[in-house]
Amino acid sequence: MAINLFNDHGVALDRQRFTWKELVQKPISKLDDDAFTRIRVILMNGVEHDALRLKQVALRMNRDQREPIAKLMRVEQHQATAINWMLSADHSPLETTIAYEQVAIEVTASVAQLEPDPYLAQAYRFGLLEDFDHLYRYSALLDRLEGKDSANILQGYTDVVPGRPTLVHHRAPENELLEPYASDAALATKLHAISLVAGEYQTHDYYMNVGPLFADPVARMLYAEIASVESQHITHYGSMLNPDESLLEKLVLHEAAEVWNYQACAQQETNPRLKALWERFLDYELGHLQVAMQLFKDVERRDPAELLGDGNLPPAIQFKSQRDFVRQTLAAEVTLRRDGTRFVEEDAEAVSSLAYRNHMNSEGSPSQIVSAGYQWTPGTEMNRNAQAAGQPAAV
Amino acid sequence: MDNTISVGMNRTGLDMAPLSKGPMIEFAQQESPTQAPGDAQALDEMRRTYALEADRVGTVPPPARLKGMATTMMDTLKGNRPQVLIDKLGERLAYERTGVRLYQAMIVKASAASSGPVVDPAALARIRDDEEAHFHMVAKFLQQIGADPTAMTPCADVTGVAAAGHLQVLTDPRTTVSQALNSILMVELGDNAGWDLLIELARESGHEEMVQAFTVALETERVHLETVKGWLRQAVLEEAT
Repeated sequence: MAINLFNDHGVALDRQRFTWKELVQKPISKLDDDAFTRIRVILMNGVEHDALRLKQVALRMNRDQREPIAKLMRVEQHQATAINWMLSADHSPLETTIAYEQVAIEVTASVAQLEPDPYLAQAYRFGLLEDFDHLYRYSALLDRLEGKDSANILQGYTDVVPGRPTLVHHRAPENELLEPYASDAALATKLHAISLVAGEYQTHDYYMNVGPLFADPVARMLYAEIASVESQHITHYGSMLNPDESLLEKLVLHEAAEVWNYQACAQQETNPRLKALWERFLDYELGHLQVAMQLFKDVERRDPAELLGDGNLPPAIQFKSQRDFVRQTLAAEVTLRRDGTRFVEEDAEAVSSLAYRNHMNSEGSPSQIVSAGYQWTPGTEMNRNAQAAGQPAAV
Repeated sequence: MDNTISVGMNRTGLDMAPLSKGPMIEFAQQESPTQAPGDAQALDEMRRTYALEADRVGTVPPPARLKGMATTMMDTLKGNRPQVLIDKLGERLAYERTGVRLYQAMIVKASAASSGPVVDPAALARIRDDEEAHFHMVAKFLQQIGADPTAMTPCADVTGVAAAGHLQVLTDPRTTVSQALNSILMVELGDNAGWDLLIELARESGHEEMVQAFTVALETERVHLETVKGWLRQAVLEEAT
């Protein structure tokens, strides 16, 4: 059933409750659940964390709205917990990393096709090819460090080949910014940008947390390198957001983005337990949106319809393999680079980025070192070695 | 919980994605010219660079009583590097102490099993108690030679890192009794070898009292090893038939 942001009120905020047992439910199966179930878990954890991030800023800057903001955050903290704790403990941090990159690829590819603004669609495709390359580098690490095949996590939905090479992702900060969307941009445009920046932020935070857990120095280097790029991506996607929006405007739009994402998850989920969770949280988010819209009306004396139009949600993220789109993008745009807020061919890249990058890579490039000569092969590259030696490979 | 492994919708293999498998392999081959040059040696080379620059995980603490060190250590510890014995005693202490927690987790798992192989929780509790007794015994010997049994020595730290995977296996509610026993078996194999080496080290250092006590401990550990092996064998063979 289609949601209307004005007519569907969901569950009232004061009726949203949890027990600790509800926060810690049976996790998904790494082996048996569909990879897109894990993708939704990771995406929605990121969206909830971003909701908390925005509200913590709001709390620091708005004396009068602190109490409703604190109430919203309490529920969102527990939503994030219930979602993130769905990841089972047999995922190694590196396997979870593979899953994070799969989220970045498949979700960004879907959003790039949904985005009505051609410039921002270009920006999504640009980021897509970088996360696509990260998947390849981390797959090499997973193979060469843990002796595992990333396809066990990817389940055949996502290709593992080089994208725009990670060593050229390192750009000077001024070449990371984008032109923000206009205040009258389509609702879809706003929801896309909010969702992507949320995803990139949690990826960055995850790498910053798990990087030091690795003993292997090359793994530590690769996480340091890719965490830096994810930080750039936060700026890349974060600079899409209109900086002239008021804080409460951002709050309303963020709640709408959460509704939009939960609805997509609820509609496409294949695991019945997770489907029930998404439906429950969709109702919770509709309740949060009511609170945000009321604040917007009371404090700014503005009509939420200014932001949300007729209350109908734009088309949803498609949780399915975007292989063909990714391959087309790779073939057409892998050589693109940045100059200020523009996308340019590699020979026109900003000199400041080249200088920055040359220095950063001057003592070796972790992403190149870890993946030197790496070609993804089912069952790990040992199978390719076996084939080369004329032995039967377990493929 | 049900303690058997069943056939189901495992999606990890590429045979479960037959339409993707061929195109994925072909595309990986097609794109191979865009790989970074070289091979996995590049990774090992960087690892070697870091290995050459690395500090150690830490040090063995000096005996708490300096006077005691002058008398006790010089008198009782033979050889030039008594810290090796202290480090390995610290390792054994940590191993046995974590072993108590591992067996405690195993008891919970065995008692929660509603089907499949039966492992007597009382028998597990006896082994757990043996591990705890060994922990106390090693602590007593560390004190006797003036060392601090509450310190974490480098080998104790590293053995804790190695045990982390076993703790994950034992405490995951989803693992079966036989999967947990498999982990316990690896722990016991390491434990047996550890006691064996410690006896030799104590003998070389001239600590006959330790040699005697550790030899008794090793005998107990051998019984643990055979018991766990038997449980695992029975569990797996029963499940297979």
